[in-house]
Amino acid sequence: MSLLPFCQWLDETAWSTALHESLFMYPLTESTHVWALALFVGLTVILDLRLVGLTLRSLPVSEVARRLLPWTVAGFVVMVITGVMLFYAIPVRSYQSIFFRVKVVLLIIAGLNVWVFHSGIWRRVATWDRAPVPPRRARVAGVASLVLWTFIIFAGRMIAYNWFDCDRQPQPGWVNWAAGCVLESD
Amino acid sequence: MSMLAFVQWCEASLVGGTIRRSLWLFPVIESFHLVAFAVLGGTVLLVDLRLLGLVMRSQPVALLAAGIRPFFRGSLAVMLVSGVLLFLSESLKCYYSFPFKVKIASLLIAIVFAGTIRRKAASADDALGPFWSKLVAVISIALWATVAWGGRWTGFSG
Repeated sequence: MSLLPFCQWLDETAWSTALHESLFMYPLTESTHVWALALFVGLTVILDLRLVGLTLRSLPVSEVARRLLPWTVAGFVVMVITGVMLFYAIPVRSYQSIFFRVKVVLLIIAGLNVWVFHSGIWRRVATWDRAPVPPRRARVAGVASLVLWTFIIFAGRMIAYNWFDCDRQPQPGWVNWAAGCVLESD
Repeated sequence: MSMLAFVQWCEASLVGGTIRRSLWLFPVIESFHLVAFAVLGGTVLLVDLRLLGLVMRSQPVALLAAGIRPFFRGSLAVMLVSGVLLFLSESLKCYYSFPFKVKIASLLIAIVFAGTIRRKAASADDALGPFWSKLVAVISIALWATVAWGGRWTGFSG
């Protein structure tokens, strides 16, 4: 099933065009996306570094996690809202962007990493809460999160570049496949 | 040497030209710049939110500030190095960009502020009293937010 018709419909809505062409709303949405990055990824990184045992070692892991969580959630909500707005402003191009697709896959993996962590080693956090360097599975979750968010930021930034856009042909076959390009010859 | 002559020299530099001619270098350096910004933002917010009394009130602010300082410095170093590289590749554009000037001005103030007044405020709980501690945190967040704003809008300018 392709979401292309839905994205094309989105593309034709008046608000999508208005947001895309707005002199201030579009850049402001981008800026807010970047500001929220500091709040969301920035505080996530601090928890990850604690899980790896690289910072704030004298603090219980659960305290770092629980105290930062409301702010991380707030940052995440702003990221999602502004992210949806940025997608809505340029739906078809974003949908057919390799970098956007990589970003979505990495976001899902990052979500799975959180789920594995919370349903696994986190349940026994009471036994390692005060360990300066948490157990291996917690460290792995921390490193995975750090790596994933780094690549998510890279992928997000690269969406701005049109190297692999569908309207720039010819592209290698795997690019057209991965980006879901619809070619005239098809 | 005038400022403009210096900027033209930067624009013509080997490093700047190499980045400008490459398809990938600018986006990749910019992505590192952005990742470092996220880390820097987190380290700044941890201490500022604590100064505001909004997170980890049970922990001494000095402990948080000292614990996170290596990452504040490390991410700032990555930001400065990648930022200089980005500047070299489009020096003239930056020179004529208003957001870029705002960014550099607020960046210099933010760094000096972080190393002096804010450092004092975070040296002990209520080192400056509750009102001034909170004001310092608000100013710090505002300064770094302005730096980020200027950076993002430099890309939209020109």
